[in-house]
Amino acid sequence: MAHHTLEMPIDEEAVRRLAAGDTVTLERTLFGIRDATLIAMFDRNRRSRFALRGHALLHTAPNVRKLAPSAENPAGYAPVCIGTTTSMRMERFTRPLMEREGVRVIIGKGGLGPESLTAFRNLGGAYLAVIGGAAALETTWIEAIEDVDLDDLHPESLWRFRIRGFGPLLVGMDASGNSLYDRVGEAVAARRAAVLAAIGAAE
Amino acid sequence: MHLDMTEVETIARDLYIRALKLLPGDIKTGFSRLRQGETDSTGRAILDTMVQNIAVAERTKNLLCQDTGIPIYNVLIGRDVAFDGIALKKAIRHGCERATREHPLRSSVVHPITRNNEQTSCGSGIPVINIDFIAEPETVEIEMIPKGSGSENGSFLRMLIPADGVAAIKRFVIDRVIEAGGKVCPPTIVGVGVGGTSDLCMHLAKLAATRPLGSVSPDPEGAKLEAELSAAVNELGIGPQGLGGRSTAFAVHVELAATHITMNPVAVNIQCHSARRARAVLTPGGIQFGF
Repeated sequence: MAHHTLEMPIDEEAVRRLAAGDTVTLERTLFGIRDATLIAMFDRNRRSRFALRGHALLHTAPNVRKLAPSAENPAGYAPVCIGTTTSMRMERFTRPLMEREGVRVIIGKGGLGPESLTAFRNLGGAYLAVIGGAAALETTWIEAIEDVDLDDLHPESLWRFRIRGFGPLLVGMDASGNSLYDRVGEAVAARRAAVLAAIGAAE
Repeated sequence: MHLDMTEVETIARDLYIRALKLLPGDIKTGFSRLRQGETDSTGRAILDTMVQNIAVAERTKNLLCQDTGIPIYNVLIGRDVAFDGIALKKAIRHGCERATREHPLRSSVVHPITRNNEQTSCGSGIPVINIDFIAEPETVEIEMIPKGSGSENGSFLRMLIPADGVAAIKRFVIDRVIEAGGKVCPPTIVGVGVGGTSDLCMHLAKLAATRPLGSVSPDPEGAKLEAELSAAVNELGIGPQGLGGRSTAFAVHVELAATHITMNPVAVNIQCHSARRARAVLTPGGIQFGF
């Protein structure tokens, strides 16, 4: 179980070095994205002015305070509370994000499914697990909101964060086809019958 | 006792913010209990980070979770309280809007078809306002629950039939907890409704998911189911965040209601580990804030 510090953006070789169970800390830049952003980008073919190639995307929609743009808050937004949402709703967007935008890393909670795992293996990508609901802590890893695009979708805009020591995150799915969620899922399925039998609910 | 709506509006605002920042003591105790029994090293590390997050939120006066949820207000009104019901609902709604604007909070509420976000945390039928009555003469209780969506998406209803029996109820609960996996932000409180009509059954599940840890179903059959299912779900190995371990749920809570001779409905509603709630009790003596 290795620990990796990644200065974003990264290339394919770097992402393929991450193995399920390793830990990762991200530095420099992170993008925030979620349901409405992805629906706009891929179902309605809207394009962002941001170059996402090699970058990491966090499944989030932040709490922000609107204020006048300044050196500290160039986008006119100060972070209030930034956390992570459930990833699985966005499963079908992993491959298009990687193919069209060149994204290398998805960060979220609860894991992604088989289509994403295949995309990570084919194209070189990874899923990093952050702890859902631990947003007060996560907010301390974010220095500033550098920029925002597609802000008519607010709060589901496309956000660019400046980060410092964003982690530790757990590599939940890697580019070699390993998924911690699949491992747990298989173990749970194997226990189900015994659990049901113990409460008189066997099939 | 006359209910002052300016006061209610301020309380509705303050309760929303308070609920988002301070986790109730019973949930903190629940974390300690789970941590002691957790055998998985990843599970232990995740629980420790969750507890650390509670401390960071208190120290930085920040929200525990970024999900401001769907706002729910449960109002209990005593027998000797004079109030205008329409004004009460309006005051709560205004308080909810003010919390969103004045803190500020992320408005997580959209129109279900257009997906338009009014940026007020309100919309048609939202906030959810439930009004009921209590025997105390001069008392009004307002409970606020910001219900997170990750766990609310873990909601299920099945209209079982009498021939399916209690075994099918248990199987339904276990299988929905497995289906929800890490998506509902475990460790959770699994709320189970049994009986009633379809809508009452789902409402019971929500009541079960949002009541304090340590509370027990008043019906002995409900209490028996709670004990059995609470132990069973933590044998599944789903663990914190669905990454493995014993700490899948703080508890399974069960609420019962009578049902029809042909029916055997069961509902599941899940509360995430950020099991937030806040309460204000208004009496002629003043306002007391708690959980």
